[in-house]
Amino acid sequence: MHSAQGMMRDRSRILTEALSVTSISPMPMKPIPKIPALLLGLLLSPVLASSALANPYEMQLRNGLRVIVKEDHRAPTVVNMVWYRAGSMDEKDGYSGVAHALEHLMFKQTRHHKSGEFNQIVAAAGGNDNAFTNLDYTAYFQIVPKRALPQMMALESDRMQNLAFNKEEFASEMKVVMEERRLRTEDNPQALVYEAMNAAAYKAHPYRRPVIGWMNDLENMSWQDAMNWYKDWYTPSNAYVVIVGDVNKDEVFRLAEKYYGGIKPHALPVRKPQVEPEQRGIKRVVVKAPASLPYIAMAWKVPKLVDVNKDVDPYALQVLAAVLDGHDAARLSRTLVRETRVAQSAGAGYDATVRGETLFYLDGQPGEGHTVAELEAALRGELKKIQEQGVDEAELKRVKVQLVASQVYKRDSMMAQAMEIGGLEASGFHWKDIDTILEKLKGVTAAQVQAVAKKYFSDDVLTVAVLDPQPIDPKAAHKPSVPLKH
Amino acid sequence: MRIHTFLITTACLVLSGLAQAGVKIEHWTTPTGARVYFVASDALPILDVQVDIAAGSAQDPAGKSGLASITRGLLDAGVQAAADAPALDEEQIAGRVVDLGIRLGGGVDSDRTSLTLRTLADTEQRNGGLTLLRRLLSAPSFPQDVLTREKARTIAAIQEADTRPASVLSRRFGAALYGDHPYGRTPSVESVGAVTRDDIVAFHRNNYSSAGAVISMIGNISRAEAESIAADLAAALPSHAPVAAIPPVSRPKGELVRIDHPSTQAHIAVGMPAVKRSDPEYYALLVGNYTLGGGGFVSKLMQEVREKRGYAYDVHSYFAPRLLEGPFQIGLQTRREQADAALKVVNTVLDGYLKNGPSEAELAAAKKFYIDGLALRIDSNAKLLGYLSAIGFYGLPLSYIDDYPKIIGSVTAEQVRAAFASHLNKDNLVTVIVGGDK
Repeated sequence: MHSAQGMMRDRSRILTEALSVTSISPMPMKPIPKIPALLLGLLLSPVLASSALANPYEMQLRNGLRVIVKEDHRAPTVVNMVWYRAGSMDEKDGYSGVAHALEHLMFKQTRHHKSGEFNQIVAAAGGNDNAFTNLDYTAYFQIVPKRALPQMMALESDRMQNLAFNKEEFASEMKVVMEERRLRTEDNPQALVYEAMNAAAYKAHPYRRPVIGWMNDLENMSWQDAMNWYKDWYTPSNAYVVIVGDVNKDEVFRLAEKYYGGIKPHALPVRKPQVEPEQRGIKRVVVKAPASLPYIAMAWKVPKLVDVNKDVDPYALQVLAAVLDGHDAARLSRTLVRETRVAQSAGAGYDATVRGETLFYLDGQPGEGHTVAELEAALRGELKKIQEQGVDEAELKRVKVQLVASQVYKRDSMMAQAMEIGGLEASGFHWKDIDTILEKLKGVTAAQVQAVAKKYFSDDVLTVAVLDPQPIDPKAAHKPSVPLKH
Repeated sequence: MRIHTFLITTACLVLSGLAQAGVKIEHWTTPTGARVYFVASDALPILDVQVDIAAGSAQDPAGKSGLASITRGLLDAGVQAAADAPALDEEQIAGRVVDLGIRLGGGVDSDRTSLTLRTLADTEQRNGGLTLLRRLLSAPSFPQDVLTREKARTIAAIQEADTRPASVLSRRFGAALYGDHPYGRTPSVESVGAVTRDDIVAFHRNNYSSAGAVISMIGNISRAEAESIAADLAAALPSHAPVAAIPPVSRPKGELVRIDHPSTQAHIAVGMPAVKRSDPEYYALLVGNYTLGGGGFVSKLMQEVREKRGYAYDVHSYFAPRLLEGPFQIGLQTRREQADAALKVVNTVLDGYLKNGPSEAELAAAKKFYIDGLALRIDSNAKLLGYLSAIGFYGLPLSYIDDYPKIIGSVTAEQVRAAFASHLNKDNLVTVIVGGDK
């Protein structure tokens, strides 16, 4: 879900490249994550399951800013990331999309730099930079030759405290954000289904709102709204820095003190729990949009990971998702795409590490000559098989072999290592928890997988969203629902 | 398409940092003619292997576009029995991949077909992975039943893509640039429907040859082991003559193509066939394009279209060199009502740049970006593997690595202007707009 909704400032391949080992995209090109996010976290983890290793290292400044450093001396480069625990879930109705809009505005002028200078300085160092916003967080990064790290930290420090975009810059950038929404969502039928599904599944919890925001909220957003967001949430005590690369930790800690140490923290707005009331029956939504293939997504409300040591079910759900769709020989593709051919594509997803609530997804497109109803029945049938017959040891072993191999492969990418640390921290866990999570996943039994399959997949907590493909009428221009402002 | 071309482009830029980082490329030719590029690296206990076959989609026969891609896609659909091993079906192959913890990848572009393997360097996994790789390349069984299924899935995917403005643009832009040349063809419902098992068997037999193949390797193995692996892979392929040359590319007549679509945004592309990978002026085009539309927020297109006017989220330009003239392309998407206004800005920027070229400051910034940024484009085995294969496939000199900063550093503003003038011509520029109000 995180990986599915993230918005980026620029169409960049940096992240996709970093994560290509596991072929997931941080951009919402597929509305449902194909690889369970917790598993993904593990695939990308930089930490060997040996707590004897001191690397990564961390420290905290007096203003509350945490700094996490992973030394990796393979190449003379460094990834510098600043994460803020401010995502779309912290927005209020009528202000949807403001977290992401502010992410764009963070590249505008500050008290010390003119608009555009940030990118010029990064580019002049030979580096790449970008930013992304999600349900739980907003994050910024640069990948640079190591000598440029102090300069990058100075830039991040500056925009953490001195952002000063003006009204003209705001108005212009909001046009860009609306173009981004058109590109990602309005003209993307599966994204529309995903958006509709979340809006239906949650009625109280803020995950019901799309990260990029509703178009009408974007049209009515003001300079003051964005500036308020910045003033509310951008403070060192609500942020952490993740640095991976050819650096010395003590030197980085010294630089962190120098650049961030003087920033005064302030209190954060009150966060209400906004717990979703119990769902009392199946919800169904239909989205009509130009397309040729129908599409179905099914989402059950299930528990997330809360206590890494005591919890059992979230790990079992994670393994269930991997048994269904975690690798080349997993059940959904083998059975529904290759054997019965009821599906053109089929997938499963579950993200255990979230700040809010979570869903277990199944999704797919029907195969030639098959209907959405047949695919829905087939997806349910795969769950039923596990409810009744369980999974076998060989399947569990395969999931674990993937975990072990991926642990090694992920070390080939510094960006992936930084993403893994940052992502786990964003959902409220500590990067050190990765060791425990990994061991717990390896310890999941067949009986536990069968038990969660039986326990959580009631229709009473299910939301089903279906794409009803509409023929393309080239002459029928889609009219914006509301006249655009200029 | 954009990602793919970007990969090729960057693959061709990089490499200088190799020398800085003390990475040594070893090169030799196997007895059966495959060229091998190898970097020994003990930083991680893994091995990456890429085999490039000198036949891409440009070798698809007319009316059968998609053949190279389907052939590649079916390599893991089954392998024939060998003297010491039984036949494997697709489920057995998938199971073996998973049990070994290996990753298979690769794909097809216009010029080449690739198959990649990532494996742990442990003997058991490595040998298992390499044996599977060799069998997939040399003895695929292409079962008819799987072909039937995959053709149906491919056709469904094409039909779906044909409803998306970005896909329609890509198809129509390629056709407008290249006409009936193989570079301009894309798989269609009809062309995929026309592909038979006999076509696939013949394509594999005629094109998957060790002559013209490039084997790239990086990982925790010795030179002797690398030689043995390469010889084994190459020996499994026939060594007949290389594939037929791709016919020459001719420049199109400039035109504006409008395609109706109900999407909220118009998708726009401007470009023409432009540059071969072997063209010495490629570096001037590369450096020059940084200022035009390749440098992200630093570029003129991004400044004028996005930053000043808010017309688009994404606007970019690139040269995508191929064996023959690969495309120059400017791309953007904008609210349908303002398509013409945005296009006008794009054309004004392009005209100005063709006339004036980069300023000295812009040129210096571009060169600094490429030279100083080299290190971070080669800081992983996965990235290095891409560069090894590009060196091998496009026949770049081994000294390319050491030469790169000098080549980029020596580009002058006058060379940029001259290269743009000789490779781009307003009379040949094609514009395609999908969606948008007139």
